[in-house]
Amino acid sequence: MNNGAAGAVLTLRGLVKNYKEEKTGNELEVLDGIDIDIHAGRLTCVVGPSGCGKTTLLRLIGGLAEPTAGEVLFEGLPVSGPGPERGMVFQEYALFPWRTVLANVSFGLQVGGMKRDEAHARADEYLETVGLTGHDDLYPKELSGGMKQRVAIARTLAVEPRLLLMDEPFASLDAQTRNGMQEFLVDLWTRTATTIVFVTHSVDEAVYLGQDIIGLSRRPARVVNTFENPLSYPRNRTDEEFISLRASILEYLTKEMVEA
Amino acid sequence: MRKWKIISPLVALGLWWLLAGLGWLGHTPTPLAVIKGFGHLVATGLPPGYHLQGHVAASLVRVFTGFAIALVIGVPLGIFIGYSKKLEAAVDPLVELIRPIPPLAWLPLAIIWFGIGLASQAYIIALGAFFPIVLNTVSGVKSVDPRLIEAARTLGAGPRTVLARVLVPGAMPSIFTGVRIGMGIAWMSLIAAELVSVQNGYGLGYMIMTARDLARYDLLVAGMVVIGILGYLFDWLIRLLEKRTLSWR
Repeated sequence: MNNGAAGAVLTLRGLVKNYKEEKTGNELEVLDGIDIDIHAGRLTCVVGPSGCGKTTLLRLIGGLAEPTAGEVLFEGLPVSGPGPERGMVFQEYALFPWRTVLANVSFGLQVGGMKRDEAHARADEYLETVGLTGHDDLYPKELSGGMKQRVAIARTLAVEPRLLLMDEPFASLDAQTRNGMQEFLVDLWTRTATTIVFVTHSVDEAVYLGQDIIGLSRRPARVVNTFENPLSYPRNRTDEEFISLRASILEYLTKEMVEA
Repeated sequence: MRKWKIISPLVALGLWWLLAGLGWLGHTPTPLAVIKGFGHLVATGLPPGYHLQGHVAASLVRVFTGFAIALVIGVPLGIFIGYSKKLEAAVDPLVELIRPIPPLAWLPLAIIWFGIGLASQAYIIALGAFFPIVLNTVSGVKSVDPRLIEAARTLGAGPRTVLARVLVPGAMPSIFTGVRIGMGIAWMSLIAAELVSVQNGYGLGYMIMTARDLARYDLLVAGMVVIGILGYLFDWLIRLLEKRTLSWR
């Protein structure tokens, strides 16, 4: 049975999320009816202003929160909780500080029942994939921000998710590292063909990474528009096409957000 | 930094020597008298024939038994209280009600329940060590970054795995703090535990009370110093273990 749109891996239908504010008891509307279809193998960027509900959207897909109304369908079935088939990468890395790099990456594998030695061998492969060979025995505190996020990505990839959810994963990195990580992600995605939903507040990042770019309004968030990005990879920020596309999306979103 | 550590004990020792030597503190023995008293405790014993080694051994057994009971009950209980808001709500009032009661006050009841001997001594010591261990474990579990729990869940971890592989290791630093405080309180509860319920004539607390009854303040202070040194030694051992276990910090 497939309730989603034809060919869509992930379907969000009329997704509404309200929170009760602890202090005032008021209902806070975060998502106001989101409809999105995500197709297999696509790299989709969801872009919207800070605090608009992007993270909430991702948490609903990840199964870490429940929608007030509407539904999240993954491969045609409603999402009812978190699961390794929908991997998540967090802005603040969320590495286990008491586990070494190798033990962090093999966590999900061991939880899934894999024997320690085999899990370590597999973890090493994924560490190689993210370019972190030879750092097995380091603890997270000994790593730079970019390295931490590579470990976190390797940890998520190791359980072979069919959907990779990324919540502003490069937002706490310095500009140079961030550019390097964006390049790395495009390369990784090209090699692994994973379906990725990447949330960001940066139009520049969305235009650099996304095949599809979904613009959200201010809170309560609605989908303002969906853009298909015609630029081929690898992209170059100094290309005229890149610059003009970024400018037009930025202008469009700004206008929409002000009017919304 | 190392040499700074010796300053406060040296200053205290100097002041003690000066004030006691001048006779300004009544019957307080001088450090020299205490050292001689220490020799007396080792060679002759108090009461004669009951040597310091025997007192130390007896007290070590009691402190360890009590502390081990507190540890074995306190850490798992603290983990479950920290894990379950309902359990916390249910247990918290009782904990806060019993916590302020000094171990010494329990002594008569302990003797009624467990008789005179190791069981009632261990009960008194365990009670003292129990609360800091439980409360620090609870706060350790609660202080684990919720994002780590979410990360574990998205990697396929169920509630049990989250408990065993995220909450417990995440609470470890706090558990160690509780264990250190608990060990200190275990030593502090020793005198209360040995006040009445000693049968065999051995125990540091018992020895100190004997010295008091005989007005042998040199032996009394020597006993105090021995407890202080043992307490310091065990704290140092726990810190060493902590450093090894928590090298990731």
